[in-house]
Amino acid sequence: MTGRTAALRESPAQDAVRRALAGNRMQLGQIWFQALLMAALLVALGVLVSLLIDVFERGGQMLAQRGVDFLTASTSSNPTIAGVGQGIFGSLLIVLFVLLFAFPVGIGAAIYIEEYARDTILTRVLNTAVRNLAGVPAIVYGLLGLAVFVIIAASFTGGRSVIAGGLTMAALVMPIVVITTAESLRAVPRSIREAGFGVGATKWQVIRHHVLPYAAPGIFTGSILTISRAFGETAPLVLAGGVLGGFATRPGLGVVETLQGPYTALPLIVFNWARQPSEEFRQLSAAAIIVLLAIILLLNGAAILLRNRFEKRW
Amino acid sequence: MTIQAPEIAPSDARPGPDVQREVRIDIRPMMQTKPDVQPTHAAEPAEVVFKLTYFSAWYGTFRAVKEISLDIGARRITSIIGPSGTGKSTLLRAFNRMNDLIEGARVSGTVTYHGVDLYAPEVDPVEVRRRIGMVFQKPNPFPKTIYENVAFGPRVAGVRGKKNLDEIVESSLRRAAIWDEVKDKLDGLGTALSGGQQQRLCIARAIAVSPDVILMDEPCSALDPIATLRIEELMWELKQNYTIIIVTHNMQQAARASDETVFLTMGDDRAGYLVEQGPTAQVFTNPQNRLTEDYVSGRFG
Repeated sequence: MTGRTAALRESPAQDAVRRALAGNRMQLGQIWFQALLMAALLVALGVLVSLLIDVFERGGQMLAQRGVDFLTASTSSNPTIAGVGQGIFGSLLIVLFVLLFAFPVGIGAAIYIEEYARDTILTRVLNTAVRNLAGVPAIVYGLLGLAVFVIIAASFTGGRSVIAGGLTMAALVMPIVVITTAESLRAVPRSIREAGFGVGATKWQVIRHHVLPYAAPGIFTGSILTISRAFGETAPLVLAGGVLGGFATRPGLGVVETLQGPYTALPLIVFNWARQPSEEFRQLSAAAIIVLLAIILLLNGAAILLRNRFEKRW
Repeated sequence: MTIQAPEIAPSDARPGPDVQREVRIDIRPMMQTKPDVQPTHAAEPAEVVFKLTYFSAWYGTFRAVKEISLDIGARRITSIIGPSGTGKSTLLRAFNRMNDLIEGARVSGTVTYHGVDLYAPEVDPVEVRRRIGMVFQKPNPFPKTIYENVAFGPRVAGVRGKKNLDEIVESSLRRAAIWDEVKDKLDGLGTALSGGQQQRLCIARAIAVSPDVILMDEPCSALDPIATLRIEELMWELKQNYTIIIVTHNMQQAARASDETVFLTMGDDRAGYLVEQGPTAQVFTNPQNRLTEDYVSGRFG
């Protein structure tokens, strides 16, 4: 502090500045607002946690007792041997249908809407329609599934079958796939596209090499949410022919026949067991909920790992 | 190139309102830093690369540039200057049909490239852009490796084989004067480079497809003075082989780094129009039009 500054004397306003800078005002508004937000968070978390505790209290013991047997056994009217094996199988099949039908079609539709379609009235109407479809209640899709896949397309689906249920679920989540994909595509900066076109790439080359890789993590995230939704959705399956019984297991039954036969799904089992009057089935229902949650967590985890790998590679 | 660094003036070197009105940017010292800046092409007229005749461009109902007629000569640097919103970028993007990508954009009049109408129905904009490359205002490397940034263009143009691509990548990076800085990290992300390096990478990417023309849309506006100088030196080298058209807001840049200057301004209808085109030295020291004189001397804009 010597040398050049030595010639300067201390500022006489020092005390006044110190007083002005001191934060002595209570900012009541800010504290209140913060407390309010915190309370909102606690309420949301509290509801979730209490639900989880309730489920684990009622079903945890049952699940621990039955162990692997509960995961593999078929549904039964006898609570001591009833299990969710067929439900897990059915739900995974439904997810498979979603992967096979909703994803390719939904992602393709989104690429078309965002990248190729000209901005006409028709495109705008289509866009709005897709957005509204995503908000249509699941039960309405159940009715659609009943009318189209169970009744009209019965010769192909076999009526109340896992094919009808899977296609109904695919139709249900397709608008969500379209929307999340379209949002990810829209988030790709224009500069990246222009750079691609600037070196003489065709539209498809720009989309294939730059737009899709850039949007991929976003598309993946959307897909994760979609799969969870498809796994847990119940209402459309109730209408589209899911039954408590589960898959037919007559010996000599081919794959097509099995797919065209009766089916069940994990959320359907939860729904049906929870309606039973006996206490044992209530416990079984809670145990099935735990299995459902665990599988959804597992699926999400796997999808997140996949996404991260994809991001890094790129 | 051993170019003595010219004094780099801040981009908005116009005098403030209280400064004497007669202030004039003296570009002669800047020009002298580059001996070959003297209009050598005055002796033999250059071959015409682009010819615009009554060219207008619209975005929807808005006319961005109006009835522009001009010629662009081969293997020289033409700068397009003018106040904001006068359609400089629109004009530049007309040369490689980049405006086609914008919904509702259309043009009238003609743009010929070596005598061929660029907007003729049989012309494929992809082929146009392969020959007429572009460097953008904000450095926009692909979020991929440095190697991939440069190799993408040749690859989509049909170049195959790692050896061929390796050669193109190296020579492009060398010509863009960035090879020494990136040769050890070709697998690193292009987006991890500094702004000036990114822009030189983008120039390397543009020359990797061996274009005939390079369009530059304010390539230095996001760069610091040192990086700007490097890009200008690079342009000077590239003009031996390429025709370069550059849009710039920086009048010093136009003065020191171009052979030919095009000045646009806008009329009451907000459409940009051509005021004057001529050798850079003439436009800056002896403008033929009052508007040009006012602009280059910093009286408006």
